[in-house]
Amino acid sequence: MKLLVPVKRVIDYNVKPRVKADGTGVDLANVKMSMNPFDEIAVEEAIRLKEKGVASEIVAVSIGPAKAQETLRTALAMGADRAILVVSETEVEPLAVAKILAKIAAEEQPGLVILGKQAIDDDSNQTGQMLAALLGWAQGTFASKVEVDGESVNVTREVDGGLETVRLKLPAIVTTDLRLNEPRYASLPNIMKAKSKPLAQKAPADYGVDTAPRLTTLSVREPSKREAGVKVQSVDELIDRLRTVGVIG
Amino acid sequence: MKCLVLVEHEGGQLKDATLSAVTAASKLGEVHLLVAGEGVGGVAEQAAKIAGVGKVHVADDAAFAHALAENVAPLVVELMGHHDAFVVPSTTTGKNVAPRVAALLDVMQVSDVLSVEGEDTFTRPIYAGNAIATVKSSDSKKVITVRGTAFEKATAEGGSGTVEPVGSTGDKGLSSFVGSEIAASERPELTSAKIIVSGGRALGSSEQFHQYIDPLADKLGAAVGASRAAVDAGYAPNDYQVGQTGKIVAPEVYVAVGISGAIQHLAGMKDSKLIVAINKDEDAPIFQVADLGLVGDLFKLVPELTEKL
Repeated sequence: MKLLVPVKRVIDYNVKPRVKADGTGVDLANVKMSMNPFDEIAVEEAIRLKEKGVASEIVAVSIGPAKAQETLRTALAMGADRAILVVSETEVEPLAVAKILAKIAAEEQPGLVILGKQAIDDDSNQTGQMLAALLGWAQGTFASKVEVDGESVNVTREVDGGLETVRLKLPAIVTTDLRLNEPRYASLPNIMKAKSKPLAQKAPADYGVDTAPRLTTLSVREPSKREAGVKVQSVDELIDRLRTVGVIG
Repeated sequence: MKCLVLVEHEGGQLKDATLSAVTAASKLGEVHLLVAGEGVGGVAEQAAKIAGVGKVHVADDAAFAHALAENVAPLVVELMGHHDAFVVPSTTTGKNVAPRVAALLDVMQVSDVLSVEGEDTFTRPIYAGNAIATVKSSDSKKVITVRGTAFEKATAEGGSGTVEPVGSTGDKGLSSFVGSEIAASERPELTSAKIIVSGGRALGSSEQFHQYIDPLADKLGAAVGASRAAVDAGYAPNDYQVGQTGKIVAPEVYVAVGISGAIQHLAGMKDSKLIVAINKDEDAPIFQVADLGLVGDLFKLVPELTEKL
């Protein structure tokens, strides 16, 4: 079975985003960029399925700027076999990303597409579900456990009240939650080897997908700031304060 | 504008998240509801009593029993033939179903809406809430998920909606429900609790997490939450997680115990009315948002606080 793993280049998890002074967006100039953390988990899960002998080939895909090539090289260094980069220097919305991925899935015929549940830049949490809809496939979102079993896959999902397990007919879509696995670091020899793995470059037009945005961002602002309060010196003072504001009787 | 709100329910009870979504939808126009499930007559009756709702569409079929997106989305798409907006709460159920509906309608969803600025304009958080974007949708139909803490709950009583059965779109045969492990708790639900006590990595172990956090929560009648670090370390289950990738909460009082305050955690709780932080590191970022901070050893301070309350 072939696995398709879409990955996104995003602001690094540890960087605090700054809103541009002109309110047009978040300043990404000279900011460290990395693979979306949920996508790392997706790549890791794909590699584990290959190591178990469930999967035979892992294809990593990214839709983004030319620099997303670095993100794909990371996926290749972790253990993906080859990569496809669909270059777009302008932002592509989840719906259009899903449309491009649907075309790639039709070409590649994967048994599973494993995606991060959300990208930590736009926090949309949509692409996997949209791709499932466009392909008419089942979806196992927010997965904490994935077990392929013949013609189906059991996915344990992180839901609000706890966990839920669903059985999906293959081919299917899985989106990853945090506890699915702990992604490996790429070793130096594997980073070197990744440089010679195949990486195909495409454009959205190659797939006949219109990436014109449906949403226009009118402005981006900082959230209202919270003022730091006071430090109390003791538990008794804390209780007094809580009593004063009526939190406790 | 006619809005369709997907009613969230569990065990025959309508869930509070629905009420916030109703409020958001009412800012767009007429509010109609969809109750999908098996044996949901009671839920439909509760739904019809929500103040301000019109029709309550009820699809009662085994195919909808576990809110499987593969079965619910086609039902919603059919009803969207005569509605202009699909509105769901940003719960795991809502987030699972809404994008599937959006793609089938060829609509770009607006996720986690914080406010309705006009019939096509919304604000939403991006970058873990470090920025708020105002976005305008050019799609003729809207699909939005709504952040529960950003909207008042609609009144659960006093409405006079009319219940109308709708035909089932059937089981698509793509997925089936196997089972669930839903933690039974006497404590209030995290997303609707008035007080939350959350523990972080400083608790050190699962035993200590429960030994120190639970009694304080019980004394305050509070729900229990946790930081991602505490969840990752295995001290608390994932459904306790508050933050960018967990639950977004805004209680009256949020007590952060041994939580340093990573931006991803702050994203999930910084709209709480009163934040209390207990941490041994006086430079911890949590103190930059806390109204009341107490610097010291939580293993001494928390039992003392629990006892003196």
